[in-house]
Amino acid sequence: MAAPPAKDLAPRIYSRNVEDFAVPLGREEEWRFTPISKIKDFFDVQEWASIGCETGSPFVEIVSMDDPRLNDAWLPTDRASAVAREGASQAVLVSIPTETEVAEPIVLQLTSTMLNNYAHIEVQTGAFARAQVVIVHDSSVNVSGSIVAKLGDQSQLTLLSVIDAEEPVRQHWHWASQLGRDAEFLGLSVSLGGGVIRTVPHITYTAPGGSAQMLGAFLLTGQQFQEHRILVDHSEPNCTSNVVYKGALSGEGAHSVWVGDVLVRREATGIETYELNRNLLLDEGPRADSVPNLELETGDVLSAGHASATGRFDDEQLFYLQSRGIPESVARHLVVRGFFVDVLAKVNDEELRSNLMKRIEARLGMVDHA
Amino acid sequence: MSSLVITDLHASVITDAGESEILRGVSLTVESGTTNAIMGPNGSGKSTLAYVIAGHPKYTVTSGSITLDGADVLAMSVDERARAGLFLAMQYPVEIPGVSVSNFLRTSITALRGEAPKLRTWTKEMKESMADLQMDPSFAARNVNEGFSGGEKKRHEILQLGLMQPKIAVLDETDSGLDVDALKVVSEGVNRFKDATGAGVLLITHYTRILRYIKPDVVHVFVDGRIVETGGPELADSLESEGYERFAVAKA
Ligand SMILES: Nc1ncnc2c1ncn2[C@@H]1O[C@H](COP(=O)(O)OP(=O)(O)OP(=O)(O)O)[C@@H](O)[C@H]1O
Ligand SMILES: [Mg+2]
Repeated sequence: MAAPPAKDLAPRIYSRNVEDFAVPLGREEEWRFTPISKIKDFFDVQEWASIGCETGSPFVEIVSMDDPRLNDAWLPTDRASAVAREGASQAVLVSIPTETEVAEPIVLQLTSTMLNNYAHIEVQTGAFARAQVVIVHDSSVNVSGSIVAKLGDQSQLTLLSVIDAEEPVRQHWHWASQLGRDAEFLGLSVSLGGGVIRTVPHITYTAPGGSAQMLGAFLLTGQQFQEHRILVDHSEPNCTSNVVYKGALSGEGAHSVWVGDVLVRREATGIETYELNRNLLLDEGPRADSVPNLELETGDVLSAGHASATGRFDDEQLFYLQSRGIPESVARHLVVRGFFVDVLAKVNDEELRSNLMKRIEARLGMVDHA
Repeated sequence: MSSLVITDLHASVITDAGESEILRGVSLTVESGTTNAIMGPNGSGKSTLAYVIAGHPKYTVTSGSITLDGADVLAMSVDERARAGLFLAMQYPVEIPGVSVSNFLRTSITALRGEAPKLRTWTKEMKESMADLQMDPSFAARNVNEGFSGGEKKRHEILQLGLMQPKIAVLDETDSGLDVDALKVVSEGVNRFKDATGAGVLLITHYTRILRYIKPDVVHVFVDGRIVETGGPELADSLESEGYERFAVAKA
């Protein structure tokens, strides 16, 4: 398959062949923040298990990696995703038939049999279909995998992924979301804790009119590393993209990286794009890197903007709440919870939303003792 | 009966340029059932006094004392002071993104009363208090002070005053940024609170306008970090016509 023209921000290689990608050394632009030495084993195919899934949904199947229904057009874009594609022996396939609206969220509880795993998850929506898919990761094991979403014309998909890692696990996830004509995609990536968590969401459009939102909430305490490296590749006219990531960090050694690449190709006229990253440092210890990149090959856009800010905990807010009798620990929780509210507000399902808030609160309990 | 007693209070702020003293020996007593007005020029240290009473971390008390019914206020954390019965309506209330007014008020009331209020009675109590201050019920769902106009922020402060029912309330320029109608509504809120609780009030202002609605028992003139004169309500009127010049002279 012919690769798209190489642009600065777009991947240079699209391939299923592991050897087409050099082993990252850590000097490459896309790997320069990553603690490569901690995920060395992610770059060569190993004897690892394949992630399975428990679900009550009739739309979900476990299929072999050569199942013809898997999306042929999707190709790995780096060594890790190529290795995961090669190493996985099975895939979790979610197919929503044309014109089918699934009201209840489809929950995929990922399962594993070993400490190290490959994963391949695909979600396909037929034209006019509507669904919400919730991926609850097995956060006690190491995983390298991909989440591939293919949205049919005018379909709507909400894809929520929750990593809530108790232990210092390592997980590397590619998200590739392809939007058909007038499709609507909402991706929500919640990553709490973990030793090394790296997510690489790519959003592409195969026809005009698609609208994509990619939202993230992440929380790290001491010695944890998370990297979220997003690419929105606008190659079609009249599409929109909105990327919002919010992170809260505490503790010496906690390190987060957010890279938001937005590429607007010459043919992508009349698009709207916005990306935002805000990080809240709860104490003096952590480090948050935030790098927005917007590359415009056409001036003929409706709007294009980005913002990024990393700030310390606001003592004035704390003072105000405490002056109303609220103890300091409760006041801190309120502020941090408030910080994430606008991202989580996008979760339509009330039960899901409060479940997520509870997880964040539980993590915050940990933050206090970090 | 409660009394807030401030004795020879000195306080400084730490800035990049070093430590600078702002309060230079403030002595003042606020008793239940009385209203004390403090008037003084810009930058004289009125807000600093209010903040130091509430325990703002930016200021250090270098000497003197503050007690509430004999208890050492300076030894208390900010939230302990509030639970002991002190309240500060701020000159510049702080915006708290993502935290709704109703969640904030309920959390505060729970902390102050020691138990969560019953949901039904609480919702009613909050609604009525908002109606008294002519606040639209939609404010309950908005984020604390976020995007509030100056006047709306002040109403929100007085809403809290009424719900939290402190023993001693410090109101820092609650009148600034209010048009006449709003001033009336807010003043009525303060008076309702005074009548219902018999609390003591320390009211900081630049103008006598608010004193026509909230009658002070005592007026203090505050210049250069201390009280330079104390008198009855008539003192406020002479300040309005003459300004603070004679005190500036007295200082020199
Ligand atoms: N955090 C701070 N950092 C630096 N200087 C400060 C700080 N807080 C107060 N000051 C200074 O202390 C002095 C007193 O300030 P304060 O706000 O208490 O005055 P005020 O009497 O309330 O004035 P206004 O009538 O304008 O509200 C001013 O000169 C002010 O610049
Ligand atoms: Mg002031």
